[in-house]
Amino acid sequence: MQTTRFARFGIALGAAALAVGAIAGPALARDPAYEAARAAGKVGEKMDGYIGIVGSGDADLRKMVDDINIKRKAVYAQKAQEQHATVEQYAFTSGCLLISQTKPGEKYQAPDGSWKTRGAGAPERDSRCP
Amino acid sequence: MNSPRLTHLHPPARSERMTADGMRQGQSGRRARRAAAMLVLGATMPAGCISVNAPDKPIVIELNINITQEVIYRLAEDASNTIQSNPDIF
Repeated sequence: MQTTRFARFGIALGAAALAVGAIAGPALARDPAYEAARAAGKVGEKMDGYIGIVGSGDADLRKMVDDINIKRKAVYAQKAQEQHATVEQYAFTSGCLLISQTKPGEKYQAPDGSWKTRGAGAPERDSRCP
Repeated sequence: MNSPRLTHLHPPARSERMTADGMRQGQSGRRARRAAAMLVLGATMPAGCISVNAPDKPIVIELNINITQEVIYRLAEDASNTIQSNPDIF
């Protein structure tokens, strides 16, 4: 009797955890504000694998950028550990790929550190990028 | 056997150094000389110091030194998968 009750409690707890997991799980697309900031060239992809603010920006934009970069860093850290690499190495590799994946009109950081607008052609990337 | 006349006419030991009091004074004299030497050393120290001035250009630390092309190529496939599976933050 006691064990059955415990088992039921355990199942309920598991279900609750699953429900919370589903809510807090990764979203499937970019936040509209993030998408709009990218399209407007207010944020750009940096060489180091994080996004940066192009120009002065405001408090809301800074908060959004920080939020995304913190999440990126968490993912980089976990994956870097799995791959026996440093967070910086993993982030930089991702930065190479993310700059390649920018759409025309979006901003990215060139090897000299300046912001460039992605054109139709290939972006300027670090010589080490694959 | 006090016969100073045998050699020269030396005055009896009157130097303070040779007396018990003199010994103490001699020691303090040595100490004073040492202190004076230290003072001189201290005074000449600034001339021997290395002065460090802040550079007028910002200090750029090259953090990418560990990121070799070899490592990037090794991680590229996994990083690509990571980007695809986290479309909300990339």
